[in-house]
Amino acid sequence: MSTTVKSLSAVALLLVLGTASAGAGEGPWGPGADDASFKAMLKSGFRSKGIATLARLDQDETQAFCSDPDNVSGKTGEKKRAEIEAANLATVKWPSDGVWLGDYKEGEKVAQSGRGLTSTDKADMVNGGNCYNCHQLSPKEISYGTIGPSLYQYGKLRGDTDEVKRTTWAKIWNSKASNACSNMPRAGHMGIVTEKQIKDLMALLLDPASPVNQ
Amino acid sequence: MKRWHAIGIATALAVVGASTGVVSAETDKSIESIEQYREALRDGNPAELFEAQGEELWKTPAGPKNVSLEGCDLGLGAGVVQGAYAHLPRFFKDTGKVQDVESRVLTCMSTLQGIDVKPLIDAKFNTPEKDRLEAIATYVSGQSKGVKVEVSLVHPEERKAFELGKRMFYYQGGPHDFSCSTCHGQEGVRIRLQELPNIPTHKGAAAGWTSWPAYRVSAGQMWGMQWRLADCFRQQRFPEPIYGSDVTVALSMYMAATANGATMDTPGIKR
Ligand code: HEC
Ligand code: HEC
Repeated sequence: MSTTVKSLSAVALLLVLGTASAGAGEGPWGPGADDASFKAMLKSGFRSKGIATLARLDQDETQAFCSDPDNVSGKTGEKKRAEIEAANLATVKWPSDGVWLGDYKEGEKVAQSGRGLTSTDKADMVNGGNCYNCHQLSPKEISYGTIGPSLYQYGKLRGDTDEVKRTTWAKIWNSKASNACSNMPRAGHMGIVTEKQIKDLMALLLDPASPVNQ
Repeated sequence: MKRWHAIGIATALAVVGASTGVVSAETDKSIESIEQYREALRDGNPAELFEAQGEELWKTPAGPKNVSLEGCDLGLGAGVVQGAYAHLPRFFKDTGKVQDVESRVLTCMSTLQGIDVKPLIDAKFNTPEKDRLEAIATYVSGQSKGVKVEVSLVHPEERKAFELGKRMFYYQGGPHDFSCSTCHGQEGVRIRLQELPNIPTHKGAAAGWTSWPAYRVSAGQMWGMQWRLADCFRQQRFPEPIYGSDVTVALSMYMAATANGATMDTPGIKR
């Protein structure tokens, strides 16, 4: 008898919670709320494996800010967002020799590869850019993801002015420079790809001969 | 007899699965044919082999105390397996913790059977030790097929696990700044051609939660949720989650409770 009543009220409560949990931000869960429990959970929950060490659980300011979905959606943190974008912009290293574009064929290989930096990868391997995981690029590749916008005809639509080159370079080097909580990795800033690889990706996006611009 | 039949299907699936790695128009076709296999396999999911193995492991006396797991309390009382998975994770008084099926089975192995479970926790996936745990989880999940997910958030520890799991879901880190939400936080997106459930919604959580443990056609392996999460954390470029740890249980709690009301369809079959 009492178990029935208990489980009925449990279901009722669940229904209430179920609706509430559809939106983000409510409830005592977010950054700052019971940090001690959260930290203890992180600490006891993981172990280093290969190159993926426990240090990867330590957040920089951008990651901490963007771990709150209200900041991501823009509901909160407007001022901080601008600060974070400025800080990320300051990290961008421009091409050391003034040359923006490399070889689009090499760029295609970098865009195709999603390898590198996982717990099962080696430190000395060549990392990929993961670009096709999230973007359409060359129309020949039909296996592309949709987390990011299509980049098909990227250069053809925008031209290849210095301004376009600068914003594209900055986007790849540090995506958060123009969008604090972009879902796109900060490929140059975090050392995912090299300067040379970014030049090749630039060519893939902007060279008129690249398959992306056909 | 039935087993050989299932092995034949498993081999056929493995062949189809292998071609999904090919980056070409073939990929679409392979996904389509997997859909067809899925239909055809309604009564012959290779996961049945693991279910049968798991049932045997459940019922056979083992460990220093030489007893079976049949006395294990999965939350509905000692010995009740039917429907138990659909109510997990939940708070258990004896351990003072919220536990999922895997961590609870480890508790029972330790307390009932007297087994030292540390080596099982530490063992890699795709080893006999871990495969046995996957098989048991598969058996238990199969006993909830068709049962409605009804995870309780009444106990403060249950509520806390849910909240911590939700916070973990959005926690970014590592060289790629990924969180679960990067890949599972939007409607209708995919990575390459793989569709990703939008887990914070009921529909997305249900799609993910109610279909694991699942037989993975491409790998020819049986993966429980613990393995699924470990591989997502790997793709997230995070360190390795410890099997059955609070963080994995909290994420499961977040998903299961968000999926409340959906129907368990386990064991599943996946790419
Ligand atoms: C995990 C997902 C993800 C990956 C991986 C990714 N991107 Fe993106 N990218 C996005 C998202 C989301 C946006 C849109 C939001 C923004 O601009 O920050 C974007 C935007 C862009 C833009 C700007 C598009 C525009 O029209 O302004 C460029 C250029 C770009 N990405 C290039 C790349 C390249 C090159 C790579 C590989 C090195 C890459 N991306 C990898 C998600 C990703
Ligand atoms: C970098 C991308 C990425 C990240 C980050 C990621 N996942 Fe996944 N996840 C995937 C992909 C891709 C699949 C589908 C895998 C497949 O089909 O082989 C998947 C599958 C799943 C599934 C099964 C879905 C289904 O419908 O069967 C669940 C549940 C899941 N992920 C949960 C999580 C959780 C929780 C996290 C964070 C701890 C996470 N994922 C982080 C890419 C990711």
